[in-house]
This record gives sequence, C-alpha cells and structure tokens, in this order.
Amino acid sequence: MSIIEVEKLTKYYGKSRGIVDVSFNVEEGEIFGFIGPNGAGKSTTIRLFLSLIYPSSGKARIFGKDCIEFGPEIRQEIGYLPSEVFYYEGMKVIDLLKYSGSFYKKDTTRRMHELAEIMELDLKRRIDDLSYGNKKKVGIVQGLLHQPKLIILDEPTSGLDPLMQQKFFNLIREENKRGATVFFSSHILGEVQKMCSRVAVIKEGSIIKIEEIKTLRNEHYKKVMVTAENSDQLQFDLEGVTNVERDNGTVRFFFKGDINQVTRIISAHDVADLTIEEPTLEEIFMHYYE
Amino acid sequence: MKFNIYKHEITMYRKSVLTWSLSLAVIIFLFMSMFSSFAKDADVLNQALAQMPPELITAFGMDQVDMASVLGYFGFLFLFCQVCLAIQAANYGFGLVSVEERDLTADFLLAKPVKRTTILTSKLLAALTGLTITNIVVWVSSFSAIESSRAGRPYDTGILLLLLASIAIFQLVFLSLGIVISLLMKRVRSVTTLSMGLAFGMYILSAFGGMLGDDTFDLVTPFKHFDPSAIVGSGSYDLPLVLISIALIVVSITASYWLYLKRNIHSVT
Repeated sequence: MSIIEVEKLTKYYGKSRGIVDVSFNVEEGEIFGFIGPNGAGKSTTIRLFLSLIYPSSGKARIFGKDCIEFGPEIRQEIGYLPSEVFYYEGMKVIDLLKYSGSFYKKDTTRRMHELAEIMELDLKRRIDDLSYGNKKKVGIVQGLLHQPKLIILDEPTSGLDPLMQQKFFNLIREENKRGATVFFSSHILGEVQKMCSRVAVIKEGSIIKIEEIKTLRNEHYKKVMVTAENSDQLQFDLEGVTNVERDNGTVRFFFKGDINQVTRIISAHDVADLTIEEPTLEEIFMHYYE
Repeated sequence: MKFNIYKHEITMYRKSVLTWSLSLAVIIFLFMSMFSSFAKDADVLNQALAQMPPELITAFGMDQVDMASVLGYFGFLFLFCQVCLAIQAANYGFGLVSVEERDLTADFLLAKPVKRTTILTSKLLAALTGLTITNIVVWVSSFSAIESSRAGRPYDTGILLLLLASIAIFQLVFLSLGIVISLLMKRVRSVTTLSMGLAFGMYILSAFGGMLGDDTFDLVTPFKHFDPSAIVGSGSYDLPLVLISIALIVVSITASYWLYLKRNIHSVT
C-alpha cells in the first residue's frame, strides 16, 4: 500500500517556482529519501503534505486520503520534525511536550519520557535557554511522542553533534522496524545513503530521478581519469560521456556505456596514468545537480 | 474550539493582561484622586479653556464637557483609557496568528491534527478572555475610583454604565481589525508598531475630524463611534455610528476566517 501518493503536485509562489509536476509514491514501511540542493523544493513538498501551504495544482494523498480535505485526520498519524527550531517564549521543555501530546488521542506521557531519555533532553529547562542542538532535540521528541505511522523529517540532523545524530538515526530505524514509514528530506547524501532504501532527487522544483539506492550505485557509471603528455589529442566524442573536465594534462569524465569504447581510444595514445573507478554517490548526485 | 490551545494561549497572555489591567487601574485611580482639588478650581480651568483656540478644544473632545462634573472629568480620563484599550486589543489582534508564524511555532501547531478554524476560534476566545479581564478591571476601578473621589458630587450612574459598556465593542473592533490586517499581510514584522499605529491613527483621525469639523472621519474611527464627551453630553450612544463599529467587527472576523483558511504558511528563512 502506498502511504504517500503525489500526483503532478505543483506550487507557485506568485510567479516564482516552488515545485512543478512532482509525482511519486512512498510505500508502506520504507525509508524514502528526498534529496536535492537548497531551494530545490524539498520543504515546499513537505509543507504541501501538511497543508501548511496549498498547491497551485495537482494533489497529494496520505494514507489514501486527500491532504487538504482530510488534513486533521491524517495529521493524527504524522510526526513532523521541522528543519527550523521553534519555541514559545518562556515555555519549559516539559510544557511544550505536554502541549504537543495533548493534540493526540493516544496517551503520550510514557513515550515522551523514553524519548527524552534517549535524546538526553532536560525536561525542566526553558526552551529559550537551550542551545541550538538541544532545541532541535525538543523538535525530535515532539515529533515522535505519539508514535506516528508516518514520520516526516526535514533536514533533521543540522545542529546535532555526531553522537546525537547516531542516536537519532537509530531511533528512526527502530520506529521504522515498528512499522513507521519515513520520509527523509535532506541535502546531505551520506545520511540518506545510510538510511534510505529508495530516493527521489529533486532539482529546481522537478523530480529528476527516483531510484533504489542500490541501483543508483550500480548504474554503471564509471569515473575515468586519464593523464597524458599531449592530452589535448585525447578526444572522447562518445555517447554516454559527461562532465568532461581538463586541467594540467588530465582529462576527467563520467561514462555510461560499453567501457571498451573508452579503452580503445585510450590505447591509441601514450598515457602516463589511468584510473577507472566507481563514482561515489556524492559524485552521482553532483552529476544530477549540474 | 479546542481547550488545550485555549489554555496554552491564556498562559501566553497572562503577563500582558496583568500589565495592561494594572496600568489602567493605576491611571484611573490616579486621575480620579485629583478630581476633588480639580473641581474646586474648576472655574479657573473653565476660564483657561475658554482662552484656548476652539479647534484644539474640540480636538481633545472638551468642547461640550464640564470638567467640574464627575462624569465630565471622568469622560476626559476615559478617552485616555480608550487609547490604552485600543493599543492592547490591536496588539492581540495583530499578534494572534502572526507571532506564531514569526517564531515558527505555526509549523508546530498546524502540523497537529486540528482544523484551522478550530485554531482561530480557540485563539480568538483566548484573546477575548484576556481583553474581558482587562475590561472588568476597568469597570471595577472606575466605579470604586469615582465613589472614593467624587467629593460628594452627584453623577448619573446610567451614563457611566453606558461609557463602560462601550468598552467591549470598542475592544472587539481593534482586535478584529488587527487580525484581518495581519492576515492581509504576507508577514508582520512588528506587532507593536502596527498596533500603536492603528490605535493612534484612529485617535488622530477622530481628533482631526473634530478639529476640521469634517464628519467623514467619524464613520471610520471607533473613537468617534464611542466618543466619551458625546456620550456624557447626550446621555446616549450615537446608534448609527455604533452599528458601523459592529459591522466592522462582523466583516473583519468573517474575512479573517476566510483568509486564514486559505493562507499559505511560509517558512521564514
């Protein structure tokens, strides 16, 4: 069953582009990565899911129900961790968490204390006085205390130290094992690669790729690096060659296709050095971003 | 209406309501305590007033007021109270939804399983509760300050009640105007600036209207709809003007619900 179904979702802010014709599905129980550079439309998409903003056209369904029409009902089972920290002036951590819990039908007290303990969050402090990272933790606990079926994370780890990030990822994995579906938006590839099974890449408001992490890696892209004395003569006019860079006698490019075509060209020249390797995920994405 | 939001909102208002109410009580008691010595020299004052340019006197609404009478004096003081009440109500109105958007708590609140109309209703009721508490404090202070300072001079309780009863509608006008204006704006930068602007702007319109002898401003500003010197002078409300105020409230509130339902809550970055 699809937990999230997005159909040609489009949002313009006046004339400026938010997202255009975005379509994808997120299946039950998966950790779905949503990746793209800043300003690509990640937050816009999430805000549309939560009906914080309304679409210009297209629609999104969560748990099979329209996001706008059934908003309150759907949100009963969504946990949202916003990217920005927030706080009500003068409020203590415990008061905010209780306030957060009071919106849900379930009793959230026990889970709240468990989560606070895992994230090492002092409940008695005033939120105004907390450091950025600790405020972020408040955001995490308030988003998870009602054990939601869908967890939406918007750049969740910024401001958390590596140890806390680790704890946070473990927490999300546990929630996922318990049955929660996770929508994970980020611009940090490493964490998406670690966490997600499938990923959608968004760029300038449009989805440019939806792929299993595994497939993405094995898409048979090769990174080729050739160094030769007169490298100018090395011309790779082949289909499947992209991102050609030349400097100091070295030619670098990505290649997708029959590698023999490349080696044939290289063998016709006198080369000083040659590397052919798997690109990192990072490089694959940079390739999409450009 | 959802009780948890209402309760939360009330806690957020606590300090502000206390400050406004106490300040108003202090102003009322302080001014009224000067009444007896004031009334003794009333003739001198009335003479001094007669010397001033008539435009200025009209501007301050002192043209038909006898400062030596209890309600004449109180009506003058009441105008100051109105300015304070207007700032407070406009402040709650402008801040009602904009403060949460500014502090990003709107993302928190609107991601919860509640309808936007429920949020607005709960917030509105909380603001009203705060304003009503201030209102009650003004009632109680006015009665006790007048009783303790009137130096045996008589006054018409009915007219005093008229004055005090006008507060609720007066507050509602500024509250609802604040809300609807804030919702017409993409982003409210300073709640204080806007609420002072609205309150003083309306007051100045009312004062200028009086000075210029122009009636058109009278239609716009609640300070004219509930002009204390006119109420004390005539012993009644100017009904058509009061109806304008009520219409302003109804239109603003209706428009606010409509605008809030359609509103895009932007992340501030």
